[in-house]
Amino acid sequence: MGLYIHIPFCIKKCAYCDFNSYAETESIPLYVDSLKREISFYAGMNRSVTSIYIGGGTPTVLSEGDLASIIEAIYGAFNISPSAEFTVEANPETLSRRKLAVLRDAGVNRLSLGLQAFQDELLKMIGRIHTAKGFEEKFFMAREEGFDNINVDLIFGLPRQSVDDFRYSLEKLADLSPEHVSCYGLTVEEGTEFYKLQKEGLLPMPPEDEERMMYRMAREILGERGYLHYEISNFARPGRECRHNLVYWTYGEYLGLGAGAHSFMDGVRFYNAYGIRDYAGRIKSRGRSVEGEEPLLPEEQQAEFMILGLRLIKGVSKAEFYKRFRKDLDMVYGRVLEVLKEKELIAEDGEYVRLTEKGLDLANEAFVEFLPERPADRQ
Amino acid sequence: MTIPQDRIRNFCIIAHIDHGKSTLADRLLEYTGAIPQRKMEDQILDMMDLERERGITIKAKAVRMIYRAEDGQDYLLNLIDTPGHVDFNYEVSRSLAACEGALLVVDASQGIEAQTLANTYLALEHDLEIVPVINKIDLPSANPDSVKREIEDIIGLPADDALLVSAKEGIGVKEVLEAVVKRIPPPSGSEDEPLRALIFDSLYDSYKGAIAFVRIMEGRIKPGQKIKMMSTGRTFEVTEVGIFSPEMVSTDSLRAGEVGYVVAGIKNVKDTRVGDTITDAENPAEKPLPGYKKAVPMVFCGVYPADGEDYEKLREAFEKLQLNDAAMFFEPETSAALGFGFRCGFLGLLHMEIIQERLEREYGINLITTAPSVIYRIKKTDGQEIMVDNPTNFPDPSKIEYIEEPYVEASIMLPSEYVGAVMELCQEKRGNFKDMQYISEKRVILRYDMPLAEIIYDFFNQLKSRTRGYASLDYEFTGYTKSELCKVDVLINGEIVDALSFIVHKDKAYARARQLVEKLREVIPRQLFEIPIQAAIGGRIIARETIKALRKNVLAKCYGGDVTRKKKLLEKQKEGKKRMRQLGKVEVPQEAFMSVLKMG
Repeated sequence: MGLYIHIPFCIKKCAYCDFNSYAETESIPLYVDSLKREISFYAGMNRSVTSIYIGGGTPTVLSEGDLASIIEAIYGAFNISPSAEFTVEANPETLSRRKLAVLRDAGVNRLSLGLQAFQDELLKMIGRIHTAKGFEEKFFMAREEGFDNINVDLIFGLPRQSVDDFRYSLEKLADLSPEHVSCYGLTVEEGTEFYKLQKEGLLPMPPEDEERMMYRMAREILGERGYLHYEISNFARPGRECRHNLVYWTYGEYLGLGAGAHSFMDGVRFYNAYGIRDYAGRIKSRGRSVEGEEPLLPEEQQAEFMILGLRLIKGVSKAEFYKRFRKDLDMVYGRVLEVLKEKELIAEDGEYVRLTEKGLDLANEAFVEFLPERPADRQ
Repeated sequence: MTIPQDRIRNFCIIAHIDHGKSTLADRLLEYTGAIPQRKMEDQILDMMDLERERGITIKAKAVRMIYRAEDGQDYLLNLIDTPGHVDFNYEVSRSLAACEGALLVVDASQGIEAQTLANTYLALEHDLEIVPVINKIDLPSANPDSVKREIEDIIGLPADDALLVSAKEGIGVKEVLEAVVKRIPPPSGSEDEPLRALIFDSLYDSYKGAIAFVRIMEGRIKPGQKIKMMSTGRTFEVTEVGIFSPEMVSTDSLRAGEVGYVVAGIKNVKDTRVGDTITDAENPAEKPLPGYKKAVPMVFCGVYPADGEDYEKLREAFEKLQLNDAAMFFEPETSAALGFGFRCGFLGLLHMEIIQERLEREYGINLITTAPSVIYRIKKTDGQEIMVDNPTNFPDPSKIEYIEEPYVEASIMLPSEYVGAVMELCQEKRGNFKDMQYISEKRVILRYDMPLAEIIYDFFNQLKSRTRGYASLDYEFTGYTKSELCKVDVLINGEIVDALSFIVHKDKAYARARQLVEKLREVIPRQLFEIPIQAAIGGRIIARETIKALRKNVLAKCYGGDVTRKKKLLEKQKEGKKRMRQLGKVEVPQEAFMSVLKMG
């Protein structure tokens, strides 16, 4: 199984961010304490952990001591596979040589750095606290401290971002040669600062055609530079795909700990209380903080298997589907597949069903077709 | 207790929407103890939910009260409630015919409105005694003197003794009852004459069948009696008669001057047509009461189930609604775009909206309705004359000799400052000015001859918005007039969508076609391919818009914590798609079919 640990703190909230994260430090001691208790609550689970991902927020706003103690608690509680991938997300501005060394020594073998763009004006506009130069410094520092598996995040389709801006970011990043690149098309989510601006008509988003041009460009340039496009928004050197995230896309099991974290196990999705106080309160009284659970019917699991699996460029394996559900993919979704092939959104390569190039731009149009009728509709 | 005929009073209330008719009726019922206060639901006369919400009366109703007057005598008062909308003008005239007097209720700050005026004239035609009542005198903006002047100047009624009332506050209620007793004459028909009873409304009851609401003009009616409907000659045997108090209570008989109901094993409301005369089958009256006419639908539209599986359910719902509404017409029709449905005829737009709302609410059927149309009279070159209520049946222009369309005389009452704006509107709507009359220094009546088609095409909304809600409208069908009309077809992705075709005056075809294609471009969501939207007369394209292909619909991120939320998003998209109609390859939302009406 995969293990996810959520750290809901940031120095500053970015204008596009709708994650569970707060720009405050007062509740850090309470949170770290609660998290360690939650980790120990799950001690003795006999599932082997094949990947660990500490995400946020910005996990690296925590001190070296806090980080080390959380990691120690993880090792104390879980059965970690020796070859496990262990990622920590970081904002360049929160990294120091010492912190990097502490993480490295604690067994962290992969870093995920938020860069987003190489233009300082863009970084400032979207609320990032680092500069392009600051990022480069920390990137090299991480290399020096022995990190040989680094992901860097980019965003395209930002307000005022030109196609040339993004090309520059892609090329510059490829020159640094990280093992993994995530390229996200900006989505303006409700509750964010961008959302407010957009409602007031103050967010000059690039036209849709340009945004799609940037996406195609990412695939082209990163492809030329030796990266494999393996998921809608993710690129990696061969063999460096993010194993933790592959757990999600291949519909594997994972345990999520920390405020608002989601888990999926034995066909049930369950999730923790969202707010920090609420989360900590439940941990204190009950040792765990599960707030709700959603058992998934077979047809819901099949739909999710497809919707997540089709995010992978190679697609969904029919054999895997059968192994999982004891049903032929063609039996369950034959008609849907026909319709989607007709619309040129998906293609079949023998064993695999995958999104076409057009399908990559219009994935949701394909995904909705897999959703089961809701119980209320069936009456 | 028998009250002699000279102490019976039959009256109705004429009022504009919101001028307080229902509240006043409630107070009268309360005062006379017809309904104990604790049992009073607000506004007892507006029984349907819809009536209550819209603040209008759709069906006529009656209620009986016993009032002990200042002279110490008990009087029997029958209040007959009349529908308050132009669509139901004929029903109004029948309700009036059942009365000897009317309370003319006018809002003390608003003054007389077009509808009130039309109904008052109608009441005067029936020789009713009019008692002016100025309501809402408690409001700070009340100006009873100016309202009195209006009543005198416009209607020509003396208004010195107009009653000053606040139904809401209960002021002047007793004075109203006294005026009903003293000023409205008792009914005059004789009990000894052969039976003549006027049907002013009817109701369908699943146990008793069609129940006729009647005013006995002459003679008597009682259970066991054989009766005859004078318009059809059909006979029935009376099983029950009774009064409204206000629920139906059976009695031994009804006699000349009284108001009540008749049950006679009648299976269909078509046999209890409003305006018809009931007489005794064995001792029939020589002549029916004057004024019967069959209500004729004026406005037609297609009504389709949004989900094709609801077709049978829709048919059953129509059949049930028709049990209570002889004026509504429906017959099956098929549309290439919308599948199986019905072509329906209504008295007017309000009638249409009410039926549509009842189908959706009371029967839970999701509907797609096409834009309403009037009936055109088309003379073909082969000499044949056809009536066309559906643009789909519009003949090939080369085979048309001429076309006629229904015209109405519209009366619009409005504050004089808006005269310019309203005249402009009437011109735009192809109106021909008839006359203008000042009813006071500040208020004016405008009269125009106008095509009915223009009235049902967004006229009332425009009128309200151009006069900030201060204008009122009444209209009356006057006849058919030759007109230069053509049919405009709409093509979506190259295919004609029959349900979107419309008939329009030649001078307006371009503008309206342009508006419609623009509107369709807005309401049809982008799809995986580019969609041309065109409007055409015959084979000639007169307007075009293009819906660009959808380029992007993808979630950038989906990790473990996102699945639930992202799935909800997809479910929402799926729901949206389910409400669409598939026209060829194109998914069209239901509101698109109403775009023809809603633009402009």
